[in-house]
Amino acid sequence: MSRAGAWRLGILGGAVALLELLCRLGAIKKITMIPPSEMALALGRLMAGPAMWPHAAKTFGNVAWAFLIAVLAGATIGVVLHALPGLRRALDPWLATWYAVPVFVFYPLFIVLFGMGDAPIIAIAFLFSVAAMTIATLDGLGRIPRVLRKTARVHRLTPIERALRIDLPSAFPYLLTGVKLALAYAFIGVIASEFILSGFGLGHEISFAYNNFDNRTMYGLMLFLLTAVVLINLVVQRIERRELRRRGR
Amino acid sequence: MKRRALDMLLVSVALVVLWQALHWRVGEEGLASPAATLRQIGEELESPRFWRHVAETAIAFGWALLYSAGGGLVLGLWFGFRRLAGEVAEPVLTAFASLPKVTLYPIMLLVFGLGLPAKVAFGAIHGIVPVVLFSMAAVRNLAPVLTRTARVLRLDARTTALTVLLPAALPEIVSGLRIGFSLTLLGVLIGEMFAAKRGLGFLIMNAIGLNDSGTIMTVATLLFAFAALANAALLALDRHLHHRGD
Repeated sequence: MSRAGAWRLGILGGAVALLELLCRLGAIKKITMIPPSEMALALGRLMAGPAMWPHAAKTFGNVAWAFLIAVLAGATIGVVLHALPGLRRALDPWLATWYAVPVFVFYPLFIVLFGMGDAPIIAIAFLFSVAAMTIATLDGLGRIPRVLRKTARVHRLTPIERALRIDLPSAFPYLLTGVKLALAYAFIGVIASEFILSGFGLGHEISFAYNNFDNRTMYGLMLFLLTAVVLINLVVQRIERRELRRRGR
Repeated sequence: MKRRALDMLLVSVALVVLWQALHWRVGEEGLASPAATLRQIGEELESPRFWRHVAETAIAFGWALLYSAGGGLVLGLWFGFRRLAGEVAEPVLTAFASLPKVTLYPIMLLVFGLGLPAKVAFGAIHGIVPVVLFSMAAVRNLAPVLTRTARVLRLDARTTALTVLLPAALPEIVSGLRIGFSLTLLGVLIGEMFAAKRGLGFLIMNAIGLNDSGTIMTVATLLFAFAALANAALLALDRHLHHRGD
């Protein structure tokens, strides 16, 4: 293990141990936080029981839909905007301010448009993550070296050939960054919506446990959700790193 | 410049047309019309009750921004200057950046109680990560001669940060601040939507409960206008700083 890795493990381990100690000694009250060991126990109990899984399936399913639609739509919008520089220039400042819009306010509108159920939440998470993918696609297409475009012209590639052999491979690292961000934003969108608006899903379960002072369930669910998100992100990051290495960057 | 203004105008008109079309499609219940929203904006801006909510959010946002920008800058410069500390912190920070931090809001409430401090803390944890990551990367990418000179001159940490690192890394730091600004605002608003009795987030949540689409669109439009103006100003500063040397 690298020196930095050892330090990191030591500091994180030390923080958990300190938290455990403070909770056990009563310096942190039980109503505020339960000791990390009990959080792990609560997590184990939740995972063994049947109550949590339908909510987890709902949350992860919604994230998957929002993420998939956002990646496809974001890439398409990116390609279209790249092909129409005038439109792109006009929309650029709006893309840059996108994340300043509190998209949750559109929940009532989406309920009228799509009805009750999962669609409004997926729509909010989609709006949240589509901009990241669009920006990343534009970035990637904008940074294709000019020599590659000229080579494509010299070889008289058709637009489709050029897209597959030049544009896609060359923009790929940026697209991956977009995919990574879109996934993170899809999670944030779905869980925040469940938290404040919906009546189902892990986000709602956490907020429900909080409102009922059920700290065990709350911390167990938090641990489950955060561990799952970190693991998924690690997998995506590993794929990204492998791709970048393969491309010799 | 003239072209840009024209672009801006065209996109704005397109958005209003889209808004009006949606309004016709879903009716007053789902989405207030642009004209009605504009009228209500005029009324709200004259009502002291509305300004009390604005002040509540503004105070929370101001403090949160102070913590996320100030704290992020100090940590970022330190992590950038001390390579090992940066290597230790970076993976933890990137992992934290992509977490749905809403999950942690109940902890904030339990630790800080209902009220201003919890909102401030929640806004700050949203905004601080991009500021740290951008300033760290900026300091790492500085020409090594700068940090070496600081060491040769035996500058202390404070002087090094203020006279060498900060001015040289300023353009990237402003880019980080721009993202941190939006995220901090988002954090404060989500905090107010989840648990508050005052502030713009509470107004929105209350209006969602009452299905009062006029108020929703009024607050959303004003928030967007504020965020867009602040963002445009920071973006202009960003571009100005990035092209300073060329």
